[in-house]
Amino acid sequence: MVENTWFRCSIAAAAVAFLAAVPLMVSAYTVSLLVSMLAYISLATAWAFFSGRTRYISLATAAFVGIGTYTVALLSDHLPLPMVLVIAPVVGFVVALGVGLATLRLSGVYFVIFTFGLAELIKQVVIWFEINQTKTLARYIFVNASGALIYELLLATAVVVLAGVWWLSRTPLGYALRVIGEDEMVARHAGIDTTRVKVLIFAATSAVMSLVGAILSLRYTYVDPNIGFNSLVSFQVLIMALLGGIGRLWGPAMGAIPLVLLFELLSGTFPHYFSIAVGLCFVVIVYYLPGGVMGLMDRWRARLRA
Amino acid sequence: MVLFEAVLSGILVGGMYGLIALGLNLQYGIARMMNLAYGEALMGGAFTAFWFFTLWRIDPLASMLFSVPVAFVGNWLIYRYLLTPLVRRAANQDVLEADTILVTFGLLFVFQGVALVQWGGEYRGYTYLAVPLNVLGATVALNRVLAFAAAVALALALYWLLRSTRLGGAMRAIAIDPVAAQLVAIDVPRLSALAFATGGAIMAVAGTLVSMFLSFNASIGIVYTLKALIVVIMGGVGRMLGCLMAGLLLGVAEALGAYLVDPGLTLAINFALFLLVLLVRPQGLFSRG
Repeated sequence: MVENTWFRCSIAAAAVAFLAAVPLMVSAYTVSLLVSMLAYISLATAWAFFSGRTRYISLATAAFVGIGTYTVALLSDHLPLPMVLVIAPVVGFVVALGVGLATLRLSGVYFVIFTFGLAELIKQVVIWFEINQTKTLARYIFVNASGALIYELLLATAVVVLAGVWWLSRTPLGYALRVIGEDEMVARHAGIDTTRVKVLIFAATSAVMSLVGAILSLRYTYVDPNIGFNSLVSFQVLIMALLGGIGRLWGPAMGAIPLVLLFELLSGTFPHYFSIAVGLCFVVIVYYLPGGVMGLMDRWRARLRA
Repeated sequence: MVLFEAVLSGILVGGMYGLIALGLNLQYGIARMMNLAYGEALMGGAFTAFWFFTLWRIDPLASMLFSVPVAFVGNWLIYRYLLTPLVRRAANQDVLEADTILVTFGLLFVFQGVALVQWGGEYRGYTYLAVPLNVLGATVALNRVLAFAAAVALALALYWLLRSTRLGGAMRAIAIDPVAAQLVAIDVPRLSALAFATGGAIMAVAGTLVSMFLSFNASIGIVYTLKALIVVIMGGVGRMLGCLMAGLLLGVAEALGAYLVDPGLTLAINFALFLLVLLVRPQGLFSRG
């Protein structure tokens, strides 16, 4: 067993080393596509770790990504980049802590609705603030970051997120989260402080989203509230996680890769049909792929054995 | 005086919020389905009124003869063929809730996408009954007053229907306990479908009324879904008069906020109220106990 773990770890290390070298070998367009993939792998994995396990469907992804983007837009002129990239997740964590404390004691539907409006709400407040206080609506981001740097930063984030989920699933906190997802009443009777666990994990995964938003913003030279807080991001992350399968470590990543390619293709060729395609993806996944691709693979494997 | 005008315009819009919350209450309170594509019927009703009026000069009120039956049948089909199979499949209430939320999100995107492809994303509107009217010294447009009167009349008719008829009694029984309702020979699946379809039809009416005095575009549906949800939560799930009152309250709060603080912050006011209600009285402002 121990040897097996060492074997797996060394394979993973080799894979990461290979992925880190990829920008040296491929075109700039491919790097930008891979950047999107890595970003969505982190976002979908973080989303699924909280929402997949607790069944509290969060649509606040766009809000936290936007918080990261705006932290960079506001601070990158005044502070060195590494410091800004530390501050962004902290801001996301603190906001999520507040949102979580206010809403996570309530039942699922209220949480969905509140998180759904959160991105829009923060966007309105930012627009109001920019127009009335700073008299500007758009901001420029003057950071010299190459595509390769963004890629390496996101690769590191994805590795940390996947390793973090793998490790957290094996700690008491991870088990507590799973029990809450199975039956919150049982969890409470077993002595789990359910609100604390939920708020903590919600804040931690939201911090990841803000970090990803901050790194992604280095791609832009120009940002306004509509770009920063694009609520479509929440839905894209949600279907990626559903497509892959939310209960498993690699599930969300497996969903993110094909859907990033599909969305890239759609926005390039049929931009008007984007929203219809997103909608149909939702319906098809719920009716035909309830456990995601990973669930489908499990069923096939079971059938082969039988 | 300007303050009075702000309150008055808030009340006029608030009647509309009360009406759309009543429709959502039929879908969520009685049929027990959280339909996030709810607002798309409003978008459809508004566009029907717009095209009938601009292309053929047909009165918006007459366009409801087309849009309302379509919305009724459409919502009935969605309930019967898209949502009922999920009920049969679901292991428990949480799973069902998550599944219906996801499927209706999908429907929301499909409807919105079709409208975007067909009609584009720009804001539309038309001039209908834009006659100034003097109400207690304040000036308001006749179309707003007409929309308010129609919304409140329909809401009160619905309230009477639920309160004083046999059919309404059966529906309220389902809202309280769908299993026990079956024991007293109430056809729960049929009446739930009827309540769900009626909710959608009400939204088409609301869409027609809204289009008379507010501009709208293909992605407006979700805004009204959100407002309806907030009003239902403020008024209390299953409480009809409570929803009407809460609708008026939201309308006035929005108008006052726009007048006293900033018109760009209406959504912030919506959410502040929502959060306040959830924290202080999660069972709704107007429910007993």
